[in-house]
Order: sequence, then structure tokens, then C-alpha cells
Amino acid sequence: MRNIIRLFILLMVSLGLALPSWAEARRDITIGLQLEPPHLDPTSAAAGAIDQVLYANVYEGLTRFGADGAINPALASSWVISADGKTYTFTLNKGVTFHNGDAMTAADVKFSLDRARSEDSTNAQKALYAGITDVKAEGDHTVVITLDAPNGQFLFNLAWGDAVIVNKNTIDAITTDANGTGPFMVDRWIKGDRINLVKNPTYWGDAVQLDQATFRFIVDPSASFAAMMAGDVDAFPGYPAPETLIQFESDDRFRVTSGSTEGETILAINNKAEPFTDLRVRKAVALAINRQDIIDGAMFGFGVPIGTHFAPHHPDYLDLTAQSAHDIAAAKALLDEAGYAEGFETTLKLPPPSYARRGGEIIAAQLAQVGIRAEIITVEWAQWLEQVFRGKDYGLTIVSHTEPFDIGIYARPDYYFQYDNPAFQDLIKALSAESDPAKRRTMLHQAQTMLADDYVNGFLFQLPQTGVINAKVNGLWENAPTQATDLTAVYWTE
Amino acid sequence: MLSFITKKIVMLGVSLVLSSLIIFAVIEVIPGDPALYMLGINASDDTLAALRLELGLDQHFTTRYMRWISGMLSGDFGQSYAYRAPITPIIIDRLHVSAPLAGFALLLTVIAAFPAAIYAAAKPKNFLSKAIMTISQIGIAIPNFWFAIILVFIFAISLGLLPSGGFAGWDNGLAVGLRGLILPAIALALPQAAILARIMRTALNETLGEDYIRTARAKGMTHTQALLKHGVKNAFLPVLTIMGMQFSFLLAGAIIIENVFTLPGIGRLIFQAIAQRDLIMVESVVFLLVVAVITVTFIIDILAALIDPRLRQQGRGR
Repeated sequence: MRNIIRLFILLMVSLGLALPSWAEARRDITIGLQLEPPHLDPTSAAAGAIDQVLYANVYEGLTRFGADGAINPALASSWVISADGKTYTFTLNKGVTFHNGDAMTAADVKFSLDRARSEDSTNAQKALYAGITDVKAEGDHTVVITLDAPNGQFLFNLAWGDAVIVNKNTIDAITTDANGTGPFMVDRWIKGDRINLVKNPTYWGDAVQLDQATFRFIVDPSASFAAMMAGDVDAFPGYPAPETLIQFESDDRFRVTSGSTEGETILAINNKAEPFTDLRVRKAVALAINRQDIIDGAMFGFGVPIGTHFAPHHPDYLDLTAQSAHDIAAAKALLDEAGYAEGFETTLKLPPPSYARRGGEIIAAQLAQVGIRAEIITVEWAQWLEQVFRGKDYGLTIVSHTEPFDIGIYARPDYYFQYDNPAFQDLIKALSAESDPAKRRTMLHQAQTMLADDYVNGFLFQLPQTGVINAKVNGLWENAPTQATDLTAVYWTE
Repeated sequence: MLSFITKKIVMLGVSLVLSSLIIFAVIEVIPGDPALYMLGINASDDTLAALRLELGLDQHFTTRYMRWISGMLSGDFGQSYAYRAPITPIIIDRLHVSAPLAGFALLLTVIAAFPAAIYAAAKPKNFLSKAIMTISQIGIAIPNFWFAIILVFIFAISLGLLPSGGFAGWDNGLAVGLRGLILPAIALALPQAAILARIMRTALNETLGEDYIRTARAKGMTHTQALLKHGVKNAFLPVLTIMGMQFSFLLAGAIIIENVFTLPGIGRLIFQAIAQRDLIMVESVVFLLVVAVITVTFIIDILAALIDPRLRQQGRGR
């Protein structure tokens, strides 16, 4: 009988409670993410989920983004830029090894960058590295990169997850076996559920505080609420159920963070579709929108209004929201002037994220007040890419442009909003060749103003990153200068 | 019996070939370019072309269908577009979650439904019987994802007894694996148990009017004895048919439950694959589910014919 009782207790303990030890600060963490990486190669897919797990943790590039969005040295300890701005000489850190033990040398840098820009490259950001004309390895620790023209953004471009340094010897297995240089190694991937990382004992840089990290993939918003509340997950940096944030705010066990991302959320307008070819109509759309209502209604109050396509946390940001302040009477007058006194019909295509679906309902109602009847059509991402992005078959759509520093997309006349302004295109061309900060600042202000003056799109708000974090976890990024979950500075307090 | 089985096998083969064609054709016309989805909006045209070439998407419809079918015959479904890895091991991995979950849920269904149905049929006027029937009515009405969320609130958040979701994997031990499946299995089983209980009670009630029950009663058996000894055996055929359908449903219909509990099973795989336009993966999983449903139906047909000789005669008559 006693054995049976013992067995029973043992069973209950093993089934029920994994008792946490509270003697010492924990050295493991479980992070919740909504999307799972499709595979483990950051250099051949646009999936942000890959970077969310691997960036800075497993893979490193020559430069990297810091928590504040600054460009910091990573595998390159320093660099020298030639006077004409076309030659970059990088000095690499010494003693860097890949997780399989191979030394990381200048040859690997050459291989990685040549692979990204090669003809048969499947790098999603290949255009960023198209300006490279030559990569030369000089010895083991010096890399010389030559560009076809000066590029003020080059160090920034190298910090993207798409430019991390990979190992030539293990390249064939890159989608399944991550072999980076970072402070964590991929231990196990239970597909559909989690990826376990363990500390890299031979990391070249500052040692990390965590021994283990687990990324769990939880799609369903109510399941993510449950996982946080039950303590199964310690942090959810991009928490998907904003309607429940108030419960976490009033709970001492958690901290709610609201940071900025690089996502300019816009009501994109098809500039080449009637009647949006008329500046007055586009302006009327912009004035008909009440940004604060959208932020309150669709984003539960989180999100900073924007008046142009630029991130408010960027030092060169210009606040132009007043130029498209909510004004129904003015919007109606503009439509009248343009010959649409009775309003008109258009389509509003909404991709899956809640900012688009919820925001779209509100915007459709606001547009109706000035007589614009927008038919809401919900689409999946794949359909959005096919119909809106490639087919340009839409009137209006809502989307968040999450690529950092992407004002240059307005210089592409074939881009899906079809904004074709030669003056803007020349300005961007001049900007990318300019490296003097003061001059760049003036040019960026000009560019922002031009977009606001032309009412290219309805500029809504900067997409927030609202996170729920265990109150004892420190060192996670609150802002998201790139899609990443940098664990290198994370530690627990008791 | 042999000709009956042969006929069924021919039917099975025809259904499989037809369904493979339909699945492939229907899924290929879904709008959305897998390469564009994967590389995103900054990808240049030559990059997209390079990826299409790598994935074989540039080839003709019939070429891709033939390759898919011929690969499948040797157990190789091809390369997933999104995961860039062979499909077969991914599906097998997921089956390690979905199959035990479906089996577990079916077991719970039977454990709950059989005694409830027999009791309700044996003592129809009893208070407990009425309660059982009311509960089963509610069980059919409750959406299982809602029930799942309630279970999570009670057992994971309030009591902290079971995980709120996720699956740690079987290699951490049977107990750890089963723990993760308890709540999902209950959530899946409730509506199925309710349906099964009602169907079985109806089937049992029908037998009560039969001659053999009256004969048994005349020989001195009590109502309950007659029901257990003769009623259950005769009511088993419709129950078996329903259970066959339920197993297919549990395997295929777990999409919602697997999402609520974030279980890495077949349901979540297909859900993700559709969103990612991993068409070859969708085709393969859907086809596999069709195979499972057809096979289970086939087995049930054979079992039913074994149990009830009259069905065999019908088969010949047709």
C-alpha cells in the first residue's frame, strides 16, 4: 500500500508541478512568438520570424542594430571608408568560430556577401547589396568591399539579417542546421512548437547571462494570453491580443511595454487609379481620416500618429501630421472641387493583421462620412501580394511597411502605390550618394515634406510593439529597430 | 466475401486516383505566388525567378503532377516550398502528435459514450438518464474551441495542473507527452462523445422493440439483462459506422483545437501551409487525410460485413 501511495505521489509530482527553484536567479527563458520560422536561413526568405529567433542570437553580420536602432560593430571590430566613399575596409574580430568549430575568416565574409549578390541568389534583399562590385579578403582578418557608387546606407544595409555571415562548408544544410557565430546555438527544433537555443560556450564576445532560451510559437491570441497567465511563457515581445493588455497592466507579475517599430502603417492609395490621380481626391481621403480614432479603436490606444512615411523615433523625423489633420468639411469641399460632390466608389483591400482588419472598418466608416464608399475586401497575404502588390488591382489598402528606413520605395514608379514624381526620384538618388549627416538631414526633411504635400498615401501611425514580459526579466528590446529578439543582454532579477 | 472485398478495393483505388487529381487541380488554382510570399515585397524579379527555378515552380502543371504522384508511390512527397525540406519526414513528425491525439480522444469518447448510452437506454425514466441526455445535447451545441478555452482557464491558469498548450515531444517521456494531450483530447472528445451517446441510445431503443428482446424477456431476463446481452450486440453496427467517421473527423478536424493548444500536429501544419502558399505541402496533407478517411471507411465496411453477414449478401446483390 505504501508503495502505491508513493507511486501516486511521484506521478502527481511528475504530472503536476515542476517546482521552480527560487534560490538563484533563473538562467533560462521562454519567449512567445506568433509566427514560426519556415526554415533557419535568414539569407533566403523575407520571413521576419527567422530573424526573430536567429538575429544576433545565432547569426551575426559585420555590423548590427543596437536596441536604439544605432549601427554598432559586430563581427567587424572597425572599418575605414575611403575618401570617395566607394571603398570600405573592415577589420574582423579575432578568434571568432562558427558553432561547428570552423574559424570565421575574411573568406567566409567574401563567400556570404558574394552569395547574397550572385545571379542565382534567393536573397530577399538582394537589391541592398547590388551596388557591391567586389569583395576581397586580404589575409584572414581584413575585408575590402568596393561599391559602384557612394552609399550612405551601406553600413546600415550590412546590419540586416539578410547579410549575416554564413559558413561555406555547411551551406547545403543551412535551412535545417543553423551554423552561425553568435552567443547561442540552435539545440533543437520541434517543428510547429518550439526552438531551443543553448549558450555557445566558445563565444568570441561578451558572455551572455542565459544558459538556455526557448522560443515557442503560439498563433492564437487567446492561447497566448493563457500561456502568459499560466507562466508557460516568460515574455511575449509582440503580444497579439492587445484587448487583454489591461489585465497584465494591473498584475504585478508582469510588465507591459510599448515600443516603436519600423512599421509605417499607411492607407495606401493607388495613385494611378481613377479618381486618385487627382491630388485633391487624395488630400480629401487624408483629411477624412481621423488617426486618433483608428489608434484608439483598432490599436487600443497604442501607436504614434505619423504625417509622412518616416519613423517618429528617427532623429531626422519631421512631424507633418498637422498637414492632414481631420477635417470633414475641407475634405468634402475638395471632393466637390474635383467633381466628386456625390462621392465615388472604390475598394479597400485588407490583409490579415488586426491593424488592417480593425482599422479598415473604422476607415471605411470615416470615408463614408465624406461620401467615399469603400467596399471592404479581406484578403490573405498571398492574395494581397498577388492582387495588390503585383497586380495593382485595388483602390485603397492598409499595410504596415516594416522595413527600416524605406522611404526610398516612393522613388520606384512601378511600386504598388504607383507614385511617379521625378523630383522625388532625383532627391533619393542624391541622398543615397550623400554621406554628410547635415546634408542628409536636409534632404530627408525635403523628402518627407514632398510625400506629405503630394498626399501620396494616407499616413496613419507607426506600428507599436506591445509586449508582455515577466516583471523579473530585464534586457529585452522594447523598440524594434529590426525584427529581432536580441537575448544577448537578457538576465533575471530575483 | 472475397468478391465483396475485391469490389471494395477497386472502389478504393479509383477514389484515390480521382481525389489526387482533384486535390492537385483545385489547390494549384488558388491565387498567390509561393515565391513572392516567401521573398516578400523587396525581392527583385530575378531573385523570384531564381527561387521558382529552385522550387521547380517554373515547370508545367502536368509535369509537376506526375512528379508528385510518382514520388508519392515511393513515399516521397517532394520538397516543401516554405520549409525547404522533404515533406515526408515533416508529416511523419506531425502524425506523432495528431494520431495519438485522435486515438486518445476516440478512447475518451468511447469511455464516456458507451456507459452513458447503455444506462440511458436501460433506465429511460431515471433522473440520471435524463441528465445524461441533457448534457449530451449541450455537448453537441458547445463549440469545441470555446470548451477548450474554458478548460485552459480552469486547469492551466487557475489550478496550474496542466500546460496551457504546446507539446514538449515524446522523447521527454510518455508522461510529459500525455500531459500535453489531456486537455486537447477532452476538448475534442466532448462533442463526439455527445453525438455517439445519442446515436447509440437511439440504436439501443430501436432494438428494444425487436422480437429477440421480447423472447429474451419472456425467458425471464430483466430489461437491463436483455439489453446488455442482445441489444448492445445488435446496436453495434450503426455505432461502428459512426465511430469510423468520427476517427476521420478527429484526425482531420483537429485544426482548430491544435491551434488553440498550439499543438504541432497535422491540423496546424495544413493551416500554416495554406497561409504560406506551401501548395505541395497542402496537397500532400490533404491527400493523406483523404487516404485516411477512405481507408477507415474501407476497414469499417469490411468489419461491418464480418459482423453482419446480411451486408455481404447485399454487396453481391448490387
